[in-house]
Amino acid sequence: MAVDLPIQPRRTSKALRQKRLLIEAGIVVAIALVLILVMPLVLTGFRLGLLGRFLSLAIVALGIDLIWGFTGLLSLGHGIFFALGGYAFAMYLQLTELPAGQLPEFFSLYGVSSLPWFWQPFYSLPFTLLAMVAIPAIVAGLFGYLVFRNRIRGVYFSILTQAALVVFFNFFNGQQKLINGTNGLKTATSVFLGQQVGGPEMRYFFYVATVIALALMYALCRWLTSGRFGRMLVAIRDDENRVRFSGYNPASFKVLVFAVSGAIAGIAGALYTVQSGIISPQAMDIGFSIEMVIWVAVGGRATLIGAILGAVLVNIARTMLSERFPDVWLFFQGALFLLVVTALPDGIVGWVRSRFGDRLPALFGGPSAVPAYVAEMELEAESYREKELADQ
Amino acid sequence: MIEGLIAGLFDGISIGAVLLIVALGLAIVFGLMGVINLAHGELMMLGAYTTYVVQNGAKGLGGWAVESYIFVALPLAFLVAALVGLLMERSVIRHLYGRPLETLLATWGVSLILRQFVRSVNSPMAIGLVIFAALFVVGLWVLRRYTDWERIRSWANPVFFLLSFAIAALAGFILQSSGSAQFTRAWFSARNVDVTPPSWLRGGLALGTVLQFPYARLFIIVLTVLCLVGIYWFLQKSVWGLRIRSVTQNRSMSACLGIPTERVDALTFALGSGLAGIAGCAVTLLGSVGPNLGGNYIVDAFMVVVVGGVGKLVGSIVAAMVIGIITYLVGSGTLALVLSPFAALQPVTDFFTFFATTSMAKVMVFALIIAFLQVRPAGMFPQKGRSVEV
Amino acid sequence: MSQSVATPLPIADPLTAPMLKISGLNFFYGESHILRNVDLTVPKGQMVCLIGRNGVGKTTLLKNIMGLLRPRQGDIQYEGQSVTALSPDQRARRGIGYVPQGREIIPRLSVRENLLVGYEALGNRGQSINRQTIPEEIFELFPVLKTMLERMGGDLSGGQQQQLAIARAMMGKPKLLVLDEPTEGIQPSIILDIEAAIRRIIATAGISVLLVEQHLHFVRQADYYYAMQKGGIVASGPTQELTNDVIQQFLAV
Repeated sequence: MAVDLPIQPRRTSKALRQKRLLIEAGIVVAIALVLILVMPLVLTGFRLGLLGRFLSLAIVALGIDLIWGFTGLLSLGHGIFFALGGYAFAMYLQLTELPAGQLPEFFSLYGVSSLPWFWQPFYSLPFTLLAMVAIPAIVAGLFGYLVFRNRIRGVYFSILTQAALVVFFNFFNGQQKLINGTNGLKTATSVFLGQQVGGPEMRYFFYVATVIALALMYALCRWLTSGRFGRMLVAIRDDENRVRFSGYNPASFKVLVFAVSGAIAGIAGALYTVQSGIISPQAMDIGFSIEMVIWVAVGGRATLIGAILGAVLVNIARTMLSERFPDVWLFFQGALFLLVVTALPDGIVGWVRSRFGDRLPALFGGPSAVPAYVAEMELEAESYREKELADQ
Repeated sequence: MIEGLIAGLFDGISIGAVLLIVALGLAIVFGLMGVINLAHGELMMLGAYTTYVVQNGAKGLGGWAVESYIFVALPLAFLVAALVGLLMERSVIRHLYGRPLETLLATWGVSLILRQFVRSVNSPMAIGLVIFAALFVVGLWVLRRYTDWERIRSWANPVFFLLSFAIAALAGFILQSSGSAQFTRAWFSARNVDVTPPSWLRGGLALGTVLQFPYARLFIIVLTVLCLVGIYWFLQKSVWGLRIRSVTQNRSMSACLGIPTERVDALTFALGSGLAGIAGCAVTLLGSVGPNLGGNYIVDAFMVVVVGGVGKLVGSIVAAMVIGIITYLVGSGTLALVLSPFAALQPVTDFFTFFATTSMAKVMVFALIIAFLQVRPAGMFPQKGRSVEV
Repeated sequence: MSQSVATPLPIADPLTAPMLKISGLNFFYGESHILRNVDLTVPKGQMVCLIGRNGVGKTTLLKNIMGLLRPRQGDIQYEGQSVTALSPDQRARRGIGYVPQGREIIPRLSVRENLLVGYEALGNRGQSINRQTIPEEIFELFPVLKTMLERMGGDLSGGQQQQLAIARAMMGKPKLLVLDEPTEGIQPSIILDIEAAIRRIIATAGISVLLVEQHLHFVRQADYYYAMQKGGIVASGPTQELTNDVIQQFLAV
């Protein structure tokens, strides 16, 4: 074959790989340290709070990238998992420091006199921390199982996730007596670890927690997407049938990765909630969930750094634009969707990579868009088909 | 009891009819191109606003016009939505053929733009749009005619687009800042507006003492049936219908037979969009009109497409009716009411009472849909030889 | 590969300009080189047969001719004009009729509708034809179709579908008929019918034919042959010169 492949098979030595990994880890730690130590000096408290929120949204973007960028599953319903994580933490914050026997204030408005059963475990911080991750993961896993096992995919999957989102929205919005309905749960005045959640110390605490969580989630996604598991995800994205014919069950991989992605969104939701001071059904707005996808698309799908960059950049743009020209924001966002899909399918990172090629640090690396084996496979499939027909 | 059942059935069918008329265009486009148009709801909204404009015009004329505006509004709503749909298809969607997920995102972008458009459109913006369209179209025509278009198109297209856009935006901006308040006032306010149905659609047909069928709902049912018959006739009897069916079933072979697939796509997308416009006109009879009108119907309409399966009208019909009737029976509390006399069934009654609001009924219907998909993942009437993925 | 690889195809009569002329065609699936520098000519009114084992790229070549696949390099000329940039439907309307591998009958259209769809390839040619009825010639070629006009295309047997596919292509009055293994997987008695029909089409309609075929006695009836191996043309010439050696080398399994 005289053609040079765009992606050389990676036969780098183990030592080199380890060195690269170390460099990458070093970059991540350095960025995290800059965010934690330098940013508070540069930005005002308000701006730092915004940045913290954007970084927690970047965590969801990582989760979206994992399923959409790498596995090819377009979820339009990640607001569910985001909100579940947020509600879990907010419920704990409603109960903590509450005198024994007393209920959170809003219950009295609806004449509820005893705490609903599912609130009970949220007195415990360890349970809450577990629930923030586990509940979204279980919901995502269950939904994924019911959908993927029937080989429902593509657009069908996307609109089912959207319908699920609407359903969860309706449920949370309609149940005043259980979770305060459309008003949501406020966290700003609650007390966490002896400090008020909305106070400056706690705000910095959650900011740091967000940066650390983001770095950890990046490491998790990096680990998942490199190696065998990552190759399997990309293979499912590029040709699910081939994966199936090779004797693997793509459904179980998809359920797993969807659950992981849901858990990541749950963590993000919890961190976002305490930094914005409220979680309400608005977190399950249809538009918000689709916007998450566009963050990833702007940054560059299937590149983890792109997901983070995209989430932060789009949200900065949103803040700047909607502060000055509230009318223009929707136009801008709509145009962004169109632009990214038609003109910049690989996002910012893809564009940078295509211009500067391989000279970029490992941080910008990632599985290639079209693995060479797909081509081989097409040919094989054709000759197989010809043979099959001839044998009839 | 019987009367209650009939009334419940009627309400269910009328909900189903609205769902069906919304889902019809969606289903046809999805069957042909495998594309779900997230802007379908916004095309409906355009149809509804068209109706609002026509009605305002009719009010100016007075007399018989007020009573019959709807017969002008229906075809106009169809045309407006179909033209916008055609524009969408030609400018964006056709470039994304074979990438349904990207198409989903692109149509969402269009829906955001359309929603903000009706909020902020005023005369300067409209003039700016006309200037943009004129510059862009004329410019491209000149380029195509006098230059080697194929060679320069890769850079000429975006450059020309941006240039025309900049000039148009500048013109709009100048008009905006220099015009009078009257001139720069938004055409439609961001708040909802009301369309008053003609007097003959108010009130209802009374049967006996209990039964009352609102004329507006009867009108929507009749309209839905007419649309169905029209679509059926078009698909089965016309030349373009044959082409559409052929491309739906085997796109590449149809192309090899000489069917212009691009034109089939454009026409079908315009047709589906036009149907959204008619749906939008119809729902003005049920409530007020606002920029977010489409969102109320659209997710249910998606579910009709999912449950009905691809490529057969009958699937959409049955799915819409079943979803409509279940939504009504659960949401109105009829089921809970029917069960309430039986003390032994108290838990079941409580269960249904819990879901007895419109929004909670959707929760239950969705659970049922997921359960149904466990049995029939490809919908009620799956087409042979097509995967669910499309 | 000592066969006449490099020698240009001997065109018997200079007046018969080629109907189809493929030059320097290279096609890739991703990075896999599938077709390598393919040159092939179908003279006007002649029948050309393409032979080769399974998986050498014959079907891929036909798909390139129809425009279903786009070559990376090379040119496809039809009636002296390049059609490389045209879409499949534009090529079909210029008069290339295609009978693909696997028949590709539209399953939920009736036989009548499947035939009527064949008129699409007429485009602006043949304005005078009434496009609602099926001409009697079609039924003379394939009498069996007349009895099952209202059946669904997908319900027909393989042999019937093959006859329908050829009839459908003939509805568009093609100038070049491209057939991909029309006798493959079909019971012998119907193979004879199909061969007879194709012979009759060539004799009466005077059209050019490009045929991919494995059946030897059918191959023998072509005017020219091309043999393919590993994505390239490795032998070609008049069919009389198709020796058993060549067959052994390129066709036998």
